[in-house]
Amino acid sequence: MNKFSFTQARSIPEAITEVSARDEACFVAGGTNLIDLMKYFIAKPETLVDINNVGEKEAVVQNGDGVRLSGFATNADTAYHPLIEERYPLLSRAILAGASPQIRNMATNGGNLLQRTRCYYFYDVNTPCNKRAPGSGCSAIGGYNRIMAILGTSDQCIAVFPSDMCVALAALEATVQVSGPSGDRSIAFADFHRLPGDTPEIDNNLQHGEIITALDLPAQGFAKNHSYLKLRDRNSYAFALVSVATGLELDGDSIRTARIALGGVAHKPWRVPEAEAFLEGKSTTRENFNAAATILLEGAVPYKYNSFKIELARRAIVRNCLMALDPASQLPGAQPSE
Amino acid sequence: MLPNDLTPVTLTINGRRHELRLEPWVSLLALLRERLDLTGSKKGCDHGQCGACTVICDGKRIISCLTLAVMKNGADITTIEGVAKDNGLHPLQKAFIEHDAFQCGYCTPGQICSAIGLLKEGKARTRADVKELMSGNLCRCGANVGIIDAIMEVKEGGNYE
Repeated sequence: MNKFSFTQARSIPEAITEVSARDEACFVAGGTNLIDLMKYFIAKPETLVDINNVGEKEAVVQNGDGVRLSGFATNADTAYHPLIEERYPLLSRAILAGASPQIRNMATNGGNLLQRTRCYYFYDVNTPCNKRAPGSGCSAIGGYNRIMAILGTSDQCIAVFPSDMCVALAALEATVQVSGPSGDRSIAFADFHRLPGDTPEIDNNLQHGEIITALDLPAQGFAKNHSYLKLRDRNSYAFALVSVATGLELDGDSIRTARIALGGVAHKPWRVPEAEAFLEGKSTTRENFNAAATILLEGAVPYKYNSFKIELARRAIVRNCLMALDPASQLPGAQPSE
Repeated sequence: MLPNDLTPVTLTINGRRHELRLEPWVSLLALLRERLDLTGSKKGCDHGQCGACTVICDGKRIISCLTLAVMKNGADITTIEGVAKDNGLHPLQKAFIEHDAFQCGYCTPGQICSAIGLLKEGKARTRADVKELMSGNLCRCGANVGIIDAIMEVKEGGNYE
């Protein structure tokens, strides 16, 4: 990696000041993605500002009817927190489906939102990539694109956003709390990450010098009927080809509220409100979930090697909605139930 | 601070206190192996994909290759060199031998440090849980069945820590 200077921030305002002052400065928390990107010379910060000694260390606290996750807490402390296990088990399962136990002990909640794609052309500095080197071209569109996106792509970039945690946060309608040089602001989860469009180098709407301090979850946690399904090339410690987070609120056999978010298919967690509205008031049948899947996957565009993802996503959506009816049947690692 | 300045770092490693001055880009793994001669922790992929560099930091298993040593100022670190006690091998080390839980042995230090972390976390109830929660440690020889057997024996026997 390149040489850089290093400072340890003693407070959030100090960290923001340090990073805002320099264009090439970066926050570092868990470092599990940033340091890897630095080893590949993809990220080349001149200054790292360590934020491990600032911010709320208690992973989860009560916040009105909902809860507040600290942006600075680790993924592991969040997934295993009693409030999350009891009230937001969908989030717990999604976090535990991602990375490895060692990485979850390091990676923070704020950092999870900011991790970058694992598109292999993005990582290979010898190939064109509009996300890494804007204007150089996209190697994935005409290349080996088996893991790439089928929804929301542009002619500049077909990378996917790799997080599992964020798929659950999208389904749970989290709010991202941010502090920065111009003060504090809140960003709805759906507005946080971006589609590639003509600026695939910009993953999200955070500004330079802004820091994620917390993630707020509303009261509805879908603890009774939820499921996270992750389909991948090996059963554990691999990124999703397709993943689905489902939360259902039922009234007998009838669906009162439905949330469905997809991972591994787009540049951000994919939600389609029309698909969820379609399910409201309907019964929990395979046919209804299949019809919702059709709405969710409307406009999907396959590339040479990833056309399988469209049918895989359809089946995963239906399967996961049925799994949500019986959360006790779910297996470790977000695998399909028997 | 200028890029060439050294950052003071104090680490306790296997019970011994080290006062160091380090370039910020030195990974914890590089510090252990190349400067402190603690070569038990292995460099496999150096990208957080194999788990061979797993160590225990303040009681939690982490991967040392994606950790900058300067980020761990004040931490208490245990490597494979520090897991055996005065009265002999750690129960997991004994169980790994008993269950033939290795072939080449390259992943073993990381496997054992990871398993110590797993048992301490206390989240694994079943064999399936242990397999899932050991997935961050790859074994290219395919000794995984023996590895899981060894961990299950220690876990079920309750004879750890």
